[in-house]
Amino acid sequence: MDVGQMQRQWIDYTKPLFFEGFLDGQFLQLQQLQDENNPDFVVEVVSLFFEDSERLLKDLTFALDQNVVDFKKVDAHVHQLKGSSSSIGAQRVKNACIAFRNFCEEQNTDACLRCLQQVKQEYCLVKNKLETLFRIEQQIVAAGGSIPTELSFSG
Amino acid sequence: MEFCNCIDPQMPADDLLVKYQYISDFFIALAYFSIPLELIYFVKKSAVFPYKWVLVQFGAFIVLCGATHLINLWTFVIHSRTVAIVMTTAKVLTAVVSCATALMLVHIIPDLLSVKTRELFLKNKAAELDREMGLIRTQEETGRHVRMLTHEIRSTLHRHTILKTTLVELGRTLGLEECALWMPTRTGLELQLSYTLRQQNPVGYTVPIHLPVIDQVFSSNKAVTISHNCPVARLRPYAGKYMPGSVVAVRVPLLDLSNFQIYDWPEVSTRNYALMVLMLPSDSARQWHVHELELVEVVADQVAVALSHAAILEESMRARDQLMEQNVALDLARREAETAIRARNDFLAVMNHEMRTPMHAVIALSSLLQETDLTAEQRLMVETILKSSNLLATLINDVLDLSRLEDGSLQLEATTFNLHSLFREVLNLIKPVASVKKLSLTPHLASDLPMYAIGDENRLMQTILNVVGNAVKFSKEGCISITAFVAKPESFRDARIPDFLPVPSDSHFYLRVQVKDSGSGINPQDIPKLFTKFAQNQSLTTRNPAGSGLGLAICRRFVNLMEGHIWIESEGIGKGCTATFIVKLGIADRSNELKLPFVPKVPGNPVHGCTHFAGLKVLVMDDNGVSRTVTKGLLMHLGCDVTTASSSEECLGVVSVEHEVVFMEVCTGLDGYELAVRLHEKFTKHQDRPLMVALTGNTKRVTKENCMRVGMDGLILKPISVDKMRGVLSELLERRVLFETV
Repeated sequence: MDVGQMQRQWIDYTKPLFFEGFLDGQFLQLQQLQDENNPDFVVEVVSLFFEDSERLLKDLTFALDQNVVDFKKVDAHVHQLKGSSSSIGAQRVKNACIAFRNFCEEQNTDACLRCLQQVKQEYCLVKNKLETLFRIEQQIVAAGGSIPTELSFSG
Repeated sequence: MEFCNCIDPQMPADDLLVKYQYISDFFIALAYFSIPLELIYFVKKSAVFPYKWVLVQFGAFIVLCGATHLINLWTFVIHSRTVAIVMTTAKVLTAVVSCATALMLVHIIPDLLSVKTRELFLKNKAAELDREMGLIRTQEETGRHVRMLTHEIRSTLHRHTILKTTLVELGRTLGLEECALWMPTRTGLELQLSYTLRQQNPVGYTVPIHLPVIDQVFSSNKAVTISHNCPVARLRPYAGKYMPGSVVAVRVPLLDLSNFQIYDWPEVSTRNYALMVLMLPSDSARQWHVHELELVEVVADQVAVALSHAAILEESMRARDQLMEQNVALDLARREAETAIRARNDFLAVMNHEMRTPMHAVIALSSLLQETDLTAEQRLMVETILKSSNLLATLINDVLDLSRLEDGSLQLEATTFNLHSLFREVLNLIKPVASVKKLSLTPHLASDLPMYAIGDENRLMQTILNVVGNAVKFSKEGCISITAFVAKPESFRDARIPDFLPVPSDSHFYLRVQVKDSGSGINPQDIPKLFTKFAQNQSLTTRNPAGSGLGLAICRRFVNLMEGHIWIESEGIGKGCTATFIVKLGIADRSNELKLPFVPKVPGNPVHGCTHFAGLKVLVMDDNGVSRTVTKGLLMHLGCDVTTASSSEECLGVVSVEHEVVFMEVCTGLDGYELAVRLHEKFTKHQDRPLMVALTGNTKRVTKENCMRVGMDGLILKPISVDKMRGVLSELLERRVLFETV
């Protein structure tokens, strides 16, 4: 595959991510911040996000597994997760977190468990998508090309 | 012849006669001597006898008389001259004393007589006083009875008890044979026997109310004697052998709540009365005494008062129960309303969020697009897209605001803006649509219209756009004229706006905008409905399915908030219509011009990595690693020298006078506010202190207040784009304060 094809592939992969709501404008902002001084900014931030989220999800699972659930703690974790996901633009994860927080306020354990499932699901989806995206980017860079900066939505 | 000194008696002595005389004289003398002794004895016994001197005289007189008669005894025989002399002396003395006594008696007998008269008088007086005493005692007893009766009657508020007690006590006090109470029926045409003393359950025995005897009783407030043949008095079978007891009837006023005036006792002509009938025992020959009748009258009045108290109490208890029920119902309604409001607010908040998200995508992508290479035409298009999306974002805010508008919690902003460029933008936005419909737009801005004004730019633009948009929407052809000028005080006294009384002042002016179109016009009757939310103009529904009817309602609210007035005139269908509004704006002087606030407008320079932040030392405090990294990347991209901290302690440890700005997250779990306070304490000199800005995703209104309270210099919302951060930083460094609207 040549660079042009790979770049097209990148565009074709990226556009649906926005349309389907996996990512929002914040992700674009992150991409904007990546320049010569900071060539791996996005990958760094997203990796940090993955680490953080995995830790938080583990903590959440543990907290909701208790006999007496400490909803305050659960809420704090979800709040962190929401913050992280909104910072990188993982929109669906963030939305799932918002719903999760509502049920935390109501102290509804069953609903919280359901929400946790949802969040985990969304997280897995967005993680897969982002990892695939990074792989494509690595391929482009390895082939000597550059990651497209313009996303024209006319096509 | 012997010469003796004897005196011969004059008369020849007749032996028997002399003997009798002798004996009589002896007894007389005895009596005469003993009487004074008796007198002295009795006087000694009674101390009050006032005439002692008379007694002494009398005594002397009697003694001397006695002596005379005694000496007379010796004169019956031949007696010597001495005896004669003694006799004579005694007689003379006697004569003197007796004359004196006689004279004295004349003196004292009237006195004695008058004593007797006085005695008689006093006896009469005593008898009279005795009678009066008897009367007073009777009255006092009556009074006591009345008090006792009143006490009994007033001690209860239960109607039945009051009446029963009255009858019982009256019966007891006056010793009645029968006592009954007749109450008027509901219809008011009959009297029904309600209570009697002796019979336990009076059967519903009624008499018509308009009998002459009853009228007579009702017409006077005194107790009236009635015949025992009259229907109200036939209370029990006639059992006596002789005369049935005397019967008396008295009226008992039944006072209604509505009869009471505040200051005087009710005086009403048509009143409800009950009838109380009292019967003395038959065969007793007792008659009704005046004091008994008075007692009955007083009792009747007291009963009336007690009954009215009972009625008032019943009424107030009923009212209280009603109020309690209403209270409960109102409480329920209030809670339901609160639930509904909360549901609505939740819905609005969620919808708001859902709507903002795609908006941000559009705004972000459009601003990105701007940063790329575009032709001039494309650039213009992109700018218009951006402006429209910003406007749309404002509109979305306003959907939430509409509910806040209605709650009265919306506050307008007051910033300086360019009035002329606002109109230009409006025209730019409308021109495309108008030219498609082949309508011509003729704007006319008065020459005295100030360049800059102070007010809420967004909402003013929204209002103008709405009005002009309506004009364009409802015109198929022709031209639309837009005029804007400063309203003069004279023009205020307009017949069309009678309630509007603007107050001209030095710091404000009134902007008047008039939009005239030659379109389909409006029926004058429909004009009032125009400003009602969601009420569509029926004749235009077919042509305008997209209009939700919210626009003018929101406009009117904004105009009202800007202390203005908006109205529409039309001469009828097909004759076009004119929309006019006046709003109050602040006068901006040239010095205000430079302090332009941060508005989400696209900055003019699309240059990457603006360098006037080069080396700006900034501190970022956020406990969320991802968030911290993103913010750091953002600031570094703008050229700042960024230090990060993940907690307040770390921040305090790292901060120094060289840091110009500190961005801190302030949501729960962090003591961002506490940090602000500590920073204030640490840097006492104003120029040493870094600017403290809250950078948070928390959109609650209270956040802004809290930030201001702890003395922070700014608040901006996450997520934040590169451009926005650029603008924020320049503004912060220039104005040293920036609070974004939450």
